Amino acid sequence: MHDHRDQAPKQIRNNKAGLLQRLTELLPGDALLHEAEDLRPYECDGLSAYRKLPMLVALPSTIEQVQAILRLCHELQVPVVARGAGTGLSGGALPHEQGVLLSLAKFNRILELNPQRRTARVQPGVRNLAISQAADPHGLYYAPDPSSQIACTIGGNVAENSGGVHCLKYGLTVHNIQSLKLVTIDGELLQIGGAGLDAPGYDLLALMTGSEGMLGVIVEITVKLLAKPQRAQVLLAAFNNVVKAGAAVGDIISAGIIPAGLEMMDRLAIRAAEDFVHAGYPLDAEAILLCELDGTNEEVSEHILKVREILNQAGATEVRTAKDEAERLTFWKGRKAAFPAVGRLAPDYYCMDGTIPRKRLPEVLAATTELSKQYKLPVANVFHAGDGNLHPLILYDANQPGELERTEEFGGKILELCVEVGGTITGEHGVGMEKINQMCVQFNSLELTQFHAVKAAFDPLGLLNPGKAVPTLHRCAEFGAMHVHHGELPFPELERF
Amino acid sequence: MSEQDQDNRAALLGQVERAKATGTPLCIRGGGSKDFYGRQPVGELLDVSQHQGIVNYEPTELVITARAGTPLRVIDQALTAENQMLPFEPPHFGETATLGGTIACNLSGPRRPYAGAARDFVLGSQVLNGKAEILHFGGEVMKNVAGYDVSRLMCGALGTLGVLLEVSLKVLPRLEHEVSLTFELGLEEALENLHTWGQRPYPITATCYDGDQLRVRLGGEEQAVRAAHKRIGGDALAEGAVFWGKLREQQHGFFGSSKPLWRISLASDAAPLDLEGKWLYEWGGAQRWLASESEPTIIREAMAKAGGHATLFRNGDRTQVFQPLPEGLLAIHRRLKTAFDPQGLFNPGRMYEGL
Ligand SMILES: Cc1cc2nc3c(=O)[nH]c(=O)nc-3n(C[C@H](O)[C@H](O)[C@H](O)COP(=O)(O)OP(=O)(O)OC[C@H]3O[C@@H](n4cnc5c(N)ncnc54)[C@H](O)[C@@H]3O)c2cc1C
Repeated sequence: MHDHRDQAPKQIRNNKAGLLQRLTELLPGDALLHEAEDLRPYECDGLSAYRKLPMLVALPSTIEQVQAILRLCHELQVPVVARGAGTGLSGGALPHEQGVLLSLAKFNRILELNPQRRTARVQPGVRNLAISQAADPHGLYYAPDPSSQIACTIGGNVAENSGGVHCLKYGLTVHNIQSLKLVTIDGELLQIGGAGLDAPGYDLLALMTGSEGMLGVIVEITVKLLAKPQRAQVLLAAFNNVVKAGAAVGDIISAGIIPAGLEMMDRLAIRAAEDFVHAGYPLDAEAILLCELDGTNEEVSEHILKVREILNQAGATEVRTAKDEAERLTFWKGRKAAFPAVGRLAPDYYCMDGTIPRKRLPEVLAATTELSKQYKLPVANVFHAGDGNLHPLILYDANQPGELERTEEFGGKILELCVEVGGTITGEHGVGMEKINQMCVQFNSLELTQFHAVKAAFDPLGLLNPGKAVPTLHRCAEFGAMHVHHGELPFPELERF
Repeated sequence: MSEQDQDNRAALLGQVERAKATGTPLCIRGGGSKDFYGRQPVGELLDVSQHQGIVNYEPTELVITARAGTPLRVIDQALTAENQMLPFEPPHFGETATLGGTIACNLSGPRRPYAGAARDFVLGSQVLNGKAEILHFGGEVMKNVAGYDVSRLMCGALGTLGVLLEVSLKVLPRLEHEVSLTFELGLEEALENLHTWGQRPYPITATCYDGDQLRVRLGGEEQAVRAAHKRIGGDALAEGAVFWGKLREQQHGFFGSSKPLWRISLASDAAPLDLEGKWLYEWGGAQRWLASESEPTIIREAMAKAGGHATLFRNGDRTQVFQPLPEGLLAIHRRLKTAFDPQGLFNPGRMYEGL
């Protein structure tokens, strides 16, 4: 099979001066960085355990410049890594040492906001929260709200298919965008999707969403906006047992209620968050659930009563309703700040992102606790409980020799467990560099080969974000993982090789 | 479990292997209810309808997984029994409609703009590609970003990229309460109302304007539906469910015409198009049906100007059904086709000539 991904580019290798010369012809001087000290801020994304300096950083400000840069890199066979805000947690924007890091930071304008169509046409470097802020005067907002929303860019959100605490009800990025402009590696500008709710041909909009900068560079996005709900209210329930809290989640959904957000935190995470933002969380609880209900006034009142009843039935030791908007925001603040809060408990933390069928939560938690003992590394658990997306945060100290390796091994074990129970290695943070080995567990070689063929349909030379998202078969062989699907080998009766 | 349940993968795989060896084009078919859709089907029949059965349905996980040949009505029955539904309200277009065909065509009903399209609810799939390989993508969980989203790519690909064997869908609770309303209005007023209401948090779940009556369905928690009804007014529509069902299945009188039926998809607030024929508006204005004898080229050109696209949905000359793609996009389509089906075995030309 053809596989270019780990190959070093040919002609240009180490010819930084030559590349710089050519790029200078395309871009203004302040749009190019090449001195080590200027490159340093780009050496990693939110997964700081992995660092590399790019050969160059380019900061174009027009689509034509992006096209010219890509055309040149294509001609010279130079790798290109796109970067939004660099808040990614899987090393997706980790630079390539012999490549150009293409920052979309200057694409920071909201081009058009159309209240009647409920759309916003924005540049990829616009921050997630800025869209909702701009839409606010019209009573509209952009629904996906990653906890990083004050910093992360909409381009990065599309590339990762990011979620947020409200995606149980309102969906992920893929459900909330309408069209894209994309520049392919040979510099061509493509319009994907259209002004209507669908477009002719294959669903390239879905294919691009979550493609981690592997298929093209996104230079414009039209997002869908929603009418702001009349009212939102949050309930906080405390449990003396994590399993009970997990069961309560299923009970709410069985009752036919889809909360706007349904989040869970375990004891360690509760404590960390409470120390950090003083949200008033009950410190004696083993787990808390935050359940947000939104809609019309009448609907919310009705649902609060029902959910309160369900939570009590499920054995909650305490159920609180935020008394006003300020308290609602405080309840959420603890959850949204959970990562940095846990980050204060140890020199470093490592955030995992597996998703599982919700009913398997008890055994996955039990196994995680067991692994935590075995690896002698504490874990705090934060979940998007409504949709089974787990964020175990492993606490470690990178300065202790071997501790990062142990952490990575531990994290890998958690992800393999997620696959075994019928889940996935990544719910929203992407594969990037980080989970590349676990991809060998989730997918067999035929499936990986199919992914490579999709990649080659866009980028036959493998210049966009090389080495990320989809492992080579060679790498999987070295990793030595056995592909598992739902705990069994796939179709032994059909296996023909 | 029903008597029809059967894992027919071995037979399907065998037929694709033989087709591959002999270079025989295959016409993938579920219940045949959408034979009318797309360009003329050609090739040896690959009958998926025997590959039936709900493999897994977990109401509390909001997920159903079924074999592609499972009749849509079997899925509807199973969901109804648990007070759940397919949120995209798919049209069946016949008793024989299967899950696989529904997803391959990505057809969605009146609730589409308010809840999402078929593709929005696809979580995972099992696909038989043109190299005679059975592959899994996605899964049964709500959030999954491992690997490219091949499952969604299959939606609306009309089988040209592979045979869907199994599909996992997100399902939702049925809405507690529904009310349908009707307003006698002219076109401009009707559209204006739709746009105003769309910007408010009203629980609208369907809209239709037939040139005379604007019909609106509200759905959700009972109090919320009542409150919205009070705000927007309108007369209660008797037999609302029957109306929306007929609309979805194109049994509404408008669809009785034998003229070419065009599906026009464009921005919801796009000005009414100056094209000869009879119009019916749905989806808040984003889906419009046109029964017209106009030259296809005239319709296509009007679309290109309006930033939308037109599909020749029924009747008329099937040589060109979908809006032609710009060259750059078409090239990507060809390369993707080759990536999944290098010999061009599956449904050749069903979507575009040469694809
Ligand atoms: C504290 C914290 C909390 C977080 N919470 C959440 C959460 O709740 N939910 C969630 O989903 N994620 C979360 N994240 C992860 C991260 O914020 C998201 O993945 C986000 O979408 C990344 O956006 P970015 O602009 O920082 O992208 P980057 O990190 O710069 O890039 C991410 C990937 O996208 C590619 N890319 C970026 N821009 C483009 C473009 N224009 N065209 C093509 N490819 C591009 C990059 O090559 C890279 O592969 C969190 C991160 C942190 C640090």
